[in-house]
Amino acid sequence: MGVEGFEPKIVAFMCNWCTYAGADNAGVARMESPANILPIRVMCSGRVSPEAVMRAFRAGADGVLVMGCHIGDCHYSAGNHRTIKRMPLLRNLLSYVGVNPERMELVWVSAAEAPRFVQVTKAFTQKIKELGPLAQEVTE
Amino acid sequence: MSMVTLTIDGQKVEAQEGQTILEVCRKNSIDIPTLCYHPALEPYGACRMCTVEVIRHGWSNLHTACTHPAWDGLEVKTNSPVVREARKTIVGLLLSRCPKVPVIQELALEYGVKEPPFAADNPDEKCILCGQCVRVCNDMVKAHVLNFSQRGVDRVVGPPFMEKTRQCIGCGACTIVCPTGAIEIVLEKSAVYAEKPLGPTSAIYVPSLQAVPRVPVIDTDSCIRFRQQDRTNGEIADACGACQMLCEVGAIDFTQKDEIIELDVGAVIVATGFAMWDPKKLSQYSYGKSPNIITGDQFERLSNAGGPTSGQILLADGRKPEKVAIIHCIGSRDHNAHEYCSRICCMYALKHAHLVRDKTGAEVFEFYMDMRTFGKGYEEFYERVQEEGVNMIRGRGAEVEVLPDGKLRVKGEDANLGRIVSANVDMVVLCTAIEAQPDADKIGALFGLSRSQDGFFAEAHPKLRPVETNTDGVFLAGCAQGPRDVPDTVAHAGAAASMALALMDKGEVVISPTTAKVTREKCVGCGDCIPVCPYTAIARVDGKAEINAALCKGCGTCVATCPSGAIEALHFTDEQLVAQIEGVLAWV
Repeated sequence: MGVEGFEPKIVAFMCNWCTYAGADNAGVARMESPANILPIRVMCSGRVSPEAVMRAFRAGADGVLVMGCHIGDCHYSAGNHRTIKRMPLLRNLLSYVGVNPERMELVWVSAAEAPRFVQVTKAFTQKIKELGPLAQEVTE
Repeated sequence: MSMVTLTIDGQKVEAQEGQTILEVCRKNSIDIPTLCYHPALEPYGACRMCTVEVIRHGWSNLHTACTHPAWDGLEVKTNSPVVREARKTIVGLLLSRCPKVPVIQELALEYGVKEPPFAADNPDEKCILCGQCVRVCNDMVKAHVLNFSQRGVDRVVGPPFMEKTRQCIGCGACTIVCPTGAIEIVLEKSAVYAEKPLGPTSAIYVPSLQAVPRVPVIDTDSCIRFRQQDRTNGEIADACGACQMLCEVGAIDFTQKDEIIELDVGAVIVATGFAMWDPKKLSQYSYGKSPNIITGDQFERLSNAGGPTSGQILLADGRKPEKVAIIHCIGSRDHNAHEYCSRICCMYALKHAHLVRDKTGAEVFEFYMDMRTFGKGYEEFYERVQEEGVNMIRGRGAEVEVLPDGKLRVKGEDANLGRIVSANVDMVVLCTAIEAQPDADKIGALFGLSRSQDGFFAEAHPKLRPVETNTDGVFLAGCAQGPRDVPDTVAHAGAAASMALALMDKGEVVISPTTAKVTREKCVGCGDCIPVCPYTAIARVDGKAEINAALCKGCGTCVATCPSGAIEALHFTDEQLVAQIEGVLAWV
């Protein structure tokens, strides 16, 4: 269903302590990550409310990444436990409103995992490219 | 305790009541030869060497000083002609029994006995039947292995029926007290010290010459008292204790236990250091297959003046090595182990090469990938070591093979020559990597520290905040944060200490303004936010949620949880997030 020359817009919520630092390190190390990723810094992935994800889709994002610390590494002890509990419900909600839940993904990237950040964002961008624009999917 | 006065060799001497003449003499630096005396054991009077002339009420008599009490008014002569004559006879008899024992030969010489007066039954006899070993084994160790058997001229010391016995714990106390070296301990492979030949050589020792505080510690694995306690399930709880008995200030307390001390502190510096990587994980280096393949750490111990060979660099069989190979980067800069550079190895490898050249003159082959001599004065040292005639081979040492004759063959590629080279050597030193402590994950979880990919604790910023962590008030020092040498560690630790002091000196703490705030009008008082807060910063006040700003760290989990949208995360409000989302999406 991919569209030729389609460059998706992907909103990535990144936790301040792990993924944001990891993305920063990827930059410091001069690693190349897709420009489709539009970072939104939050203090903790637990701050990412379902509403924020829905708003991102409504504002025109083709995909949403929620990124945080690995379980056990949370700067706030257990904020990411709340995130991981929330996400399956959110996926149900997305399919209910007609958005392919594959367009949203929850991934853990620590501050040390700059190469993983690049790999995850590349893979997700590729996936969204294959899924095509969200507008097309919703109108279909 | 009352004091008594006696005259020794014409000098008036004060002594405590109950002391023996020998103890008084030793205290006053009056020399009396002894063979069967040990301060921790009951005096026995077996060797008779301490014979002195004791004069009381005008009557002169010969007595052993080790058993005779120091009575008031006693006159003692330790070196009168009568005493010398008596000792001469005694030492003559001892020499007749044990003509080859150096201690007795020296005593004989001192008392003018040139030849043994009688022919020896067994010229190789070493035991003088002084019974020190028997006393130490029964009274101190309480193992009850050694005793006298037979009578008269057949009297011997040994275990029951002169057979090997499991009662013997191999503590070696008998060999230490034996004045003539008659007892030898034959270490079997499974014996106590076999596992740690480079470890402590005594059960009580100062951990290192630089130890702070500089006090000895007891190795409970080797200490006779603790071993007997363990072996008998506590039944023999008072074995040995010689150190306690002899320590004049009474500093030894066997009942001391590890204790947990709780402190309220204003800052924490994590300086948990590093662990050495186990070279057994890369089998091509044959570590553990020959005692002459050692790590840089073990070499350091070997060449230490306080070490097992008093600083001599020797092979396991006691010979001096003729050829030594030093291999860099074992476990460092290796995709099969650690990818990072351990930073300290090049310099200590060069130091080891210098020590080998200096102490043994052996030929040294140094297999290195790159010589990283980056510090002040380091490059100069590298040049000096090169001038000392060390063979530098540029290329990773690939393999160490133990040859059938015990020699070691090191193979590697010489990148400068572009071919494979090998060297047969006597000793191989592996410069193993340093790595994060095995329990770093637990320390990390305790303080909320993240770890970088190499396993060491991550600093808050790799360039601008090298000692701080993401947890306020927790700082890093030294190798806990990453491999570094001593000067770098000192600088890093100094920075951590001043950061901690600066924090505490201010007297107040500035907290981040990113906290959460409740809009009371919107709050329905459901209480969903209370259990999700990791800092217990939320409480219900008058039926509504209220956030303690001093406790709140601003993670925003409560914000995402609140069903009525009553909580905002300051600086990360919903409006701000949405504006950001719309902004970034509009821009592309």
